[in-house]
Amino acid sequence: MGAFTINGRRVTTDAAADTPLLWVIREELGLTGTKYGCGAAQCGACTVHLNGAAVRSCVTPVSAAEGGTVVTIEGLAEGNGNGPHALIRAWTEEQVAQCGYCQPGQIMAAAALLAATPRPTREQIAEHMAGNLCRCGTYPRVVRAIERAAREA
Amino acid sequence: MAPNDMTLSRRGFLAGSGGLVFALTLGVPAEEALAQGASPQAIGAWVRISPDGAIVIRAPAAEMGQGVQTIVPLILAEEMDADWARVQVETAPVAEVFNNPAFRSQFTVASLTVKGYWMPARLAGAQVRRVLVQAAAERWGVAPDAVRTEPSVVIGPSGQRLTYGEIAAFARVPETLPAVQPADLKPVGSFRLLGRDVTRVDMAEKSSGRTQYAADIRLPGMLYATVARSPASGQRVARMNREEVAALPGVTHVLDLGHGVAVVGRSIPQVFAAREALRIEWSGSPPGAAVDSERDKALYLSHLRDPNRRPDVVFSRTGDAPAALQSAARTLTREYVSEYCYHAQMEPMGAVAHVRADGADVWTGTQWQTMAAMKTARITGLPPERVRVHQLMLGGGFGRRAHTEYIDDAVTLSKETGAPVKLLLSRADDLASGRLRPLTAQRVTMGLDSEGRIVALRHVVACEPVTPYMYGAERWRAVEGRDVITMRGSSLPHYTVPNQIAEHIHEMRGARVAAWRGIGCGYTKFALETMVDEIARDLGRDPLAYRIAMAANPRARAVLERVREMSGWPNAREGRHLGAAFAEYGDSLNATVVEISLDRALGRIRVHRLWAAVDVGLPLQPNTIVAQIEGGAIFGVSAALKEEVTIRDGAVVQRNFHDYPILRADVSPEIEVAILRGSDTPTEVGELGLPPVAPAIANAVRGATGKGLYHLPMTPERVRAALAG
Repeated sequence: MGAFTINGRRVTTDAAADTPLLWVIREELGLTGTKYGCGAAQCGACTVHLNGAAVRSCVTPVSAAEGGTVVTIEGLAEGNGNGPHALIRAWTEEQVAQCGYCQPGQIMAAAALLAATPRPTREQIAEHMAGNLCRCGTYPRVVRAIERAAREA
Repeated sequence: MAPNDMTLSRRGFLAGSGGLVFALTLGVPAEEALAQGASPQAIGAWVRISPDGAIVIRAPAAEMGQGVQTIVPLILAEEMDADWARVQVETAPVAEVFNNPAFRSQFTVASLTVKGYWMPARLAGAQVRRVLVQAAAERWGVAPDAVRTEPSVVIGPSGQRLTYGEIAAFARVPETLPAVQPADLKPVGSFRLLGRDVTRVDMAEKSSGRTQYAADIRLPGMLYATVARSPASGQRVARMNREEVAALPGVTHVLDLGHGVAVVGRSIPQVFAAREALRIEWSGSPPGAAVDSERDKALYLSHLRDPNRRPDVVFSRTGDAPAALQSAARTLTREYVSEYCYHAQMEPMGAVAHVRADGADVWTGTQWQTMAAMKTARITGLPPERVRVHQLMLGGGFGRRAHTEYIDDAVTLSKETGAPVKLLLSRADDLASGRLRPLTAQRVTMGLDSEGRIVALRHVVACEPVTPYMYGAERWRAVEGRDVITMRGSSLPHYTVPNQIAEHIHEMRGARVAAWRGIGCGYTKFALETMVDEIARDLGRDPLAYRIAMAANPRARAVLERVREMSGWPNAREGRHLGAAFAEYGDSLNATVVEISLDRALGRIRVHRLWAAVDVGLPLQPNTIVAQIEGGAIFGVSAALKEEVTIRDGAVVQRNFHDYPILRADVSPEIEVAILRGSDTPTEVGELGLPPVAPAIANAVRGATGKGLYHLPMTPERVRAALAG
């Protein structure tokens, strides 16, 4: 039995230690904002924060989260008492999403960037976000939304 | 859980008596719709107005990021003069009354949603408004034409006011809705909603992880499944290690479906692990098993070069191209190749099905709801009214989700196991069973007169047609070999070229092929627009000026002139090179300029900036149009530089994004889009961004180096080879 904290809530799981964290989050805990895209850390759709760092939950065994703190898109959208993360509103303002499937992962990656680099340059943003694929081609708006969130935070 | 919420909201809707429910039938006689078993109040209701003023408008088409969940209801709201702030959009169920009249089906393809629903949705909105106006006029005892409307309120001649909600509390929808003619519609100039951006109705949920896609549905007692499909269509299982896989943890069933093997179990990771352990030997030699992309392109080229191999069909013709080529002062012939491409939609294919003795429910995101419902009824043997397809958001479509085989499998597996089943393909299986943009070889000949004007064009495309694979043999016979999907874009309708012929060599290889973003234009425009550019530059003419001089249509001239202005043409920054191209898609136009850099040693092209001037008829939602053009352009850069599926012995070689790379954010261009209003009718948008991108890139390279690129994608190896040649 494993235990960790997710979005401020303590949870336990019976999943085998090598089960990807992604499936525990989605199927056991019902937090479906985190997406499966490739299963191989190639696309970033499954990005969550583990102990403050952005990780690919599709290749992160649930055992790695043992005793740790996980934040998903649902946690970012709820915020911690201060309302949603600035990125959530910036994403709507810039009308970033098209199909929307990759966007939770994009936002989680962006949040990790802003946590480390509150005022990133455009180049830093583009480089950091290169790990998150978007087939609809929302990259220009992803960049603008991150710049907006950085400005307004 | 989610599905229950959906059921509740449906019940809430049905129970919500009081108010006005409009069972409008767009372009389909009401009797025909009702004959499908639809009760108008329950299923056919496009619009419902509650006494509290809340308005529900149903969205009939598939939302995959192109904005139609917002735009189609917005069109209706415009004519009905609804207060958009009080409108709630609800996804329509599958019913004939929600058909796109362009297809007589709920089918979202070819950028025809807004164009198809445009007039009928306006007429329906105007009918609703007329009912409200008549009810208010009757109550006041005044003539209907003495009253007017403001958003969600009717105003009488002496300033009386009745809100739509107040009217809904007392009025009845007449048995026969008042007839409305196109002449009764609002003039475009008096639109309140269309033409100004509203926030897309799906935006807030998509920005916070709340949007539901097929894989997000969870049902009590649900099993999970994945399918290993035969590498080539038509192969069967000869042998497999069924017992070994069935004994793995969490596996409940290993089923031979005929076209593939399904692994069913208690969790997705267990099912995926079991699928990895599956060893299948396939039998049978259907044509597709012999597909080999490397060998086939040589074969296609040999067909194009063989003087005795006449094309199978003339796709389009104007004037007499063969004669005009004979008498031309000069001719130029080039050959082009484009590789198989994968849709790479971010959400792998999936569906949830729950088949019971008394009915079936399917949750999925599909571009073809009507087909999904029909096939579910056929597979289960249930009457159509017992089948419900709950349409969700699509995690990318691009043509891939016009195919419904993954829904069939989920339904079959729920029927076989007696449990609700969530089917999900791994990325590797999604790619392995991809429906691809076909491999093509093209041969283009242009004839010039003594002044360098193009007077004749012959365009021959050798590729697998998509129609037989997508729509079946009957349709293929009916269209007499004319494949509108693969041959799209094979002529030059906006330049003054009096003699043109486009022909198709049918390569019936048995590959799994599909429509793909931009449809045929992704490669046909690459061929045509690189050749036009080559001719212009070799004549010493400016390629944009040359096109403008040839453009017969003032709308085409306008986009070309605008992009010239936007891009600062022909002046490029230090170390950068500009290239241009023009393409039509349906009734829409796109002139694009790219700014590239070229690493000659590595053969690496990078697109830094891209300008697109587009004419989309009447722009209804400018920001959504810009987003679509940006997305199409990025898709186009990705396809032009990177994307290639290899098929060997009928099987896709690539496995995931490491060997099927798509464009990433660090090398994505900055994009500027200008929208021109060319008419009072909205025309195609979703496919429009892509077609001119690949030729514009090749033209920039040729402008910089004198070397042409004739093979998509323009990978570093191909670029190095061209530069060395």
